[in-house]
Amino acid sequence: MEDFLGENIKTQEYFLNMGPQHPATHGVLRLLLKLDGEIVHNVDMDLGYIHRSIEKMCERDTYKQIVHLTDRLDYLSAHINNEAVCLLVEDALNIEVSDRIKVIRTIMSELTRLSSHALWWGVMGMDIGALTTFMYAFRERELINDIFEETCGARLTMNYNVIGGVRYDLHENFVKRVKALLAQLKQKLPEYDKLLTGNVIFRKRLEGIGYISKEDAIAYGLNGPTARGSGVSCDIRKIHPYSAYDRVDFEESIFTEGDSYARYKVRIKEMWQSVHIIEQLIDKIPEGEFRHKTKALIKLPPGDYLQRVETARGDFGVYVHSDGKKSPYRMKFRSPGFANLAALNKMAKGLKIADIVAILSTIDIVVPDIDR
Amino acid sequence: MTNSELKNKITAWFDGLTVENEEGKFLTVEVPQEIFLDFCRKLKEEGFDYLFSLTGMDFGKELGVTYHVESTASRQMVQFTVKTADREKPELDSVRDIWPAAHYHEMEAFDFFGIVFRGHPDMRRLFMPEGWKGFPLRKDYVDEVNMLIR
Repeated sequence: MEDFLGENIKTQEYFLNMGPQHPATHGVLRLLLKLDGEIVHNVDMDLGYIHRSIEKMCERDTYKQIVHLTDRLDYLSAHINNEAVCLLVEDALNIEVSDRIKVIRTIMSELTRLSSHALWWGVMGMDIGALTTFMYAFRERELINDIFEETCGARLTMNYNVIGGVRYDLHENFVKRVKALLAQLKQKLPEYDKLLTGNVIFRKRLEGIGYISKEDAIAYGLNGPTARGSGVSCDIRKIHPYSAYDRVDFEESIFTEGDSYARYKVRIKEMWQSVHIIEQLIDKIPEGEFRHKTKALIKLPPGDYLQRVETARGDFGVYVHSDGKKSPYRMKFRSPGFANLAALNKMAKGLKIADIVAILSTIDIVVPDIDR
Repeated sequence: MTNSELKNKITAWFDGLTVENEEGKFLTVEVPQEIFLDFCRKLKEEGFDYLFSLTGMDFGKELGVTYHVESTASRQMVQFTVKTADREKPELDSVRDIWPAAHYHEMEAFDFFGIVFRGHPDMRRLFMPEGWKGFPLRKDYVDEVNMLIR
């Protein structure tokens, strides 16, 4: 065995497939692990098991149709993805939307973030082996989905944002229900901490595991909560504010330890901040139009356009190279998960297989977002 | 630094750069292949440390890649494009030594456009199955079975 793989090794090094069908990869992600016993030497990935060529489809569709393709990317941030395309087109055509639309979009985005983070928290516990958390998280998540259903007509891929506004006006129960949700979250989020955050077994699985330094985080293009766990200030809501984020007060959640536990804490804090943002807006939804009339067929002037938004996973970007026709010449979705996954090898090297599961959970990947 | 200040700085580095879009959100630069790597190194030294995205492009006569890089300190962004010599044997220099984030992005551009990045250690298909014929995001790609053409 001396020359196996051309390296001098005492024990046998071998390859193991993790996925594509594996409960802890959150979808059809295939990881190629190079192992020595249970120690991870290298992680490589093979993607595309759920690739639908959405970017190619965009070159055929009109801008209004494209909006509805984007919530099939990161389905847990469906609303925010829709918003990115709408903002891009509105910005390119100089459509100034009313304050009501801006506030509705912001509240909906934060509800989306809460719902996504609630699911993440439940699955996080489950990946580590604590099945109860999933049930606790879904208790709150159902309420959010009910709110979406009432106003948007759908629970997951809402298709609520359209170019020039939102599809329907808010349901009459919206404010009442959101307030009830906020009250419940304030009561139940400390329960999350009691159950998981302070748990000794849980912390031992995360603390010091999957470390990545601030310099590496920037170099590998990490973004969103994953990068903020390494102390990188990268919240698009702060650095390039859009919709109503410039008029609310909130704190960017940053932790500097750079390990899995820091990334966990970032998201828990973000849930509190989302509650704080919605609280500031919910009593002050301005009157006004909820949808502006736009042309039936939208054409963007030739040029390059880029819009970035902060989804629950991070820095989502839509890039359009337009040649003035009804469809984009080239449309690129810059997926936050794809960039975050690139650093997995760096984080997991030298650890155990079970740690990969924990790290994947704290990166919070959504495979359709990576595969596009 | 404003966009026009950055433009003055960039144009002083090399000849042959086309710099546009001073009034927009970010500068758009077209870089000739010969000075491409030097240009990237200069940009990194200037503080543009975060590779936001790397987009493969089909320009018709040639292929190319559009990069968006940002400075994490000032949050200024630059877009720059480099084109291949032709579309029969498209080759570009890899920037993964400058921005490690480019590793998988370059594999994606290879997969969809067939652009080979010189200096990349693992030029294989990332999304499409091994042995797939053709490069799907090229404009002349035809697949009568899987594509709906309007």
